[in-house]
Amino acid sequence: MNIMTEQSLENAVGDKMNAKSNEVIKMRGDKVGVFYGEKQALFDVNLDVRLNQVTALIGPSGCGKSTFLRCLNRMNDTIDSARVTGKITLDEEDIYDKNIDVVELRARVGMVFQKPNPFPKSIYENVAYGPRIHGLAKRKADMDQIVESSLKKAAIWNEVKDRLQEPGTGLSGGQQQRLCIARAIAVSPEVILMDEPCSALDPIATARVEELIDELRQNYTIVIVTHSMQQAARVSQRTAMFHLGYLVEEGATDKMFTTPDDKRTQDYITGRFG
Amino acid sequence: MSSLLVLAIVVAIGLVAFFIGRQRAAAQDNGKVKPHSRAHYHGWWAFLLAVLPALLLLAVWAVGSSVYLDRNIHAALPERTVNSKVASEALDVSLVKSLARGLRKLDAGTLAALPASFAELQPLLAAKGVALASDTQDYMIPIAVEANKVQDRLGLFGAVVILALSIAGAFYALRQIAPRSRARNNVERLMLWGLLAASTIAILTTVGIVLSMLFQTITFFESVSPMNFFFGTVWDPRFAAAGSGGSQGQFGLIPLLAGTLYIAAVALLVAVPVGLMSAVYMAEYATPRVRSVVKPALELLAGIPTIVYGIFAVVTLGPFLRDLSAALTGGSPFIQGQSIFTAGLVMGVMLIPVVSSLSDDIITAVPRAMRDGSLGLGATRSETIKRVILPAALPGIVGAILLTASRAIGETMIVVLAAGVAANLTINPFEAMTTITVKIVNQLTGDLEFNSPQTLVAFALGLTLFALTLVMNIVALYIVRKYREQYE
Repeated sequence: MNIMTEQSLENAVGDKMNAKSNEVIKMRGDKVGVFYGEKQALFDVNLDVRLNQVTALIGPSGCGKSTFLRCLNRMNDTIDSARVTGKITLDEEDIYDKNIDVVELRARVGMVFQKPNPFPKSIYENVAYGPRIHGLAKRKADMDQIVESSLKKAAIWNEVKDRLQEPGTGLSGGQQQRLCIARAIAVSPEVILMDEPCSALDPIATARVEELIDELRQNYTIVIVTHSMQQAARVSQRTAMFHLGYLVEEGATDKMFTTPDDKRTQDYITGRFG
Repeated sequence: MSSLLVLAIVVAIGLVAFFIGRQRAAAQDNGKVKPHSRAHYHGWWAFLLAVLPALLLLAVWAVGSSVYLDRNIHAALPERTVNSKVASEALDVSLVKSLARGLRKLDAGTLAALPASFAELQPLLAAKGVALASDTQDYMIPIAVEANKVQDRLGLFGAVVILALSIAGAFYALRQIAPRSRARNNVERLMLWGLLAASTIAILTTVGIVLSMLFQTITFFESVSPMNFFFGTVWDPRFAAAGSGGSQGQFGLIPLLAGTLYIAAVALLVAVPVGLMSAVYMAEYATPRVRSVVKPALELLAGIPTIVYGIFAVVTLGPFLRDLSAALTGGSPFIQGQSIFTAGLVMGVMLIPVVSSLSDDIITAVPRAMRDGSLGLGATRSETIKRVILPAALPGIVGAILLTASRAIGETMIVVLAAGVAANLTINPFEAMTTITVKIVNQLTGDLEFNSPQTLVAFALGLTLFALTLVMNIVALYIVRKYREQYE
């Protein structure tokens, strides 16, 4: 009886959360600008990333979408000449605040890159890399558990479970990218940033990764940069359109692809430029 | 005719052929047929055909005629007897040749009335600035005169043949010129052979070096057994007394080999950590400003001649360490003025820029994607370096270290000055020891009979050293190659 109550309570809370999740803002960009040396690459971007949703950033090459993405976990810090203005918050906390440890931030906001970049280590070590650095597993068994569940979540477990000790670089491109996603998941981030994760993959591998993104949405908040309109339409709930360093328009994906407010968005989506 | 003049004429013929060829090819291009090769390729082809075969013949002719001349002189010399005045047959021939060269300086009048005795001839030659050995004999004068005549005839005949060949080559190439003839492919095929020849030179030189050392080494092993050489623990070659054969000396390689490896090991212990850390700093942390100052400064260090390091060691560091150790014990110094430690330390400093420069290039070559991947997972910079970049760069770094080790083993001057020339066998790093290279220099300098084991041992040592560094380089290349593409 007692158990029943607890479970129903949990369900109720869960339902409520699901219902409300559309409104929860996970990350918020407020007048974000980025300079590379003297050149300004991004101007006054105001963009919200919502919890447990996939936000797609689209726009022609050089429009600043990758730049914005890299601001979200401060990867721009690794570029000497880059300077970021404005404010970005994660759970209402300014991530560019002096008190924020960038290393901790990147553990909470993980990243998957355009080109699959597994380390020249075994598949197991690739996934175990993050947890080991952050001390997430005390014993070997815990680590095995993390590796297995991460690989399962990244939908690659069945393909690699028999060869965990082989080098990650020996996998195919699509498998490598899913390995990189598993590697990102392994540190249990809250947000996963994906920078054109499928641009180096063939259509079948792309379909696998897209499917995976949709599944991951249950547990993670995802921001994805893509060049493919179809991909944005398929995987995302919200879409933001960038052009020449400005955020042109942002809204629900359905609406963006049917009745965009801005003419530039319409032109880009229908293939008139880009 | 002198070879230089022939060479100049051949090149001139080639140039003329080049211009004519280019001109003819250009003139043939009337726009009806698309020419296969552009005009200058026809020019180059004519140049090459005019010059290359002629030059080859010139080289063969020069070698051939000098051999022929030697044999001629040889045959003309009187039979050697016990009381011949000249020490050896080879000396005989070379005396005649230098006499012949001297005679060329004289004018025609003097030559016509040449004195028959060397005593009279010598002042005439000396007046022209030709100094000759005093054991030149009278009977050599007619032989030398005859040799000069033969040489003139050979030279003239050769020049005519070579120039004819050159002109024939030029004509052949010029006749070939047609819109569809493939001068471009011909020129490129020849270039290919030229490149091949260039790359062969290094290999052939190596083979030559090995062979020359090998034969001397074999001679050495005829008087000293390989067992005594490779496993002997005492190095005491003595001096080669005349006629004694000199084989009573002891030629144990072990003390020298141990010294070589010991000093190299100390040097690497200094150079590898410091060099690697400076490479990591420069590749990963230094701002472009700092890097642009520090890297050239470090590389400047690599340009200092090793003898300067040696002087520093023997004048400054050695005495300093000795005094320091004396002060520490309050009495007798436990570090000698010349020691393994001093030599290793200074050599290590010398090798720092080598390690750091090579490793810096290797670390910078690790793809940025690796760094991003690790940083994106929340690793710090130093974690990224430790766990991703260094492992990825490791094969290259190992290769760099082995190359550095080869240099440490081959180093001579620092050791001579800083560690001395005493061939001890010790494990105390504060005592003097010496290396293979030092002993090679030691055995080859001074007035030693060349055929004695005391001298020949240098070749055996050299060959050992060669084998040692060769093996290390092969291992280095193997490691680098095996793991190179791992992160691509």
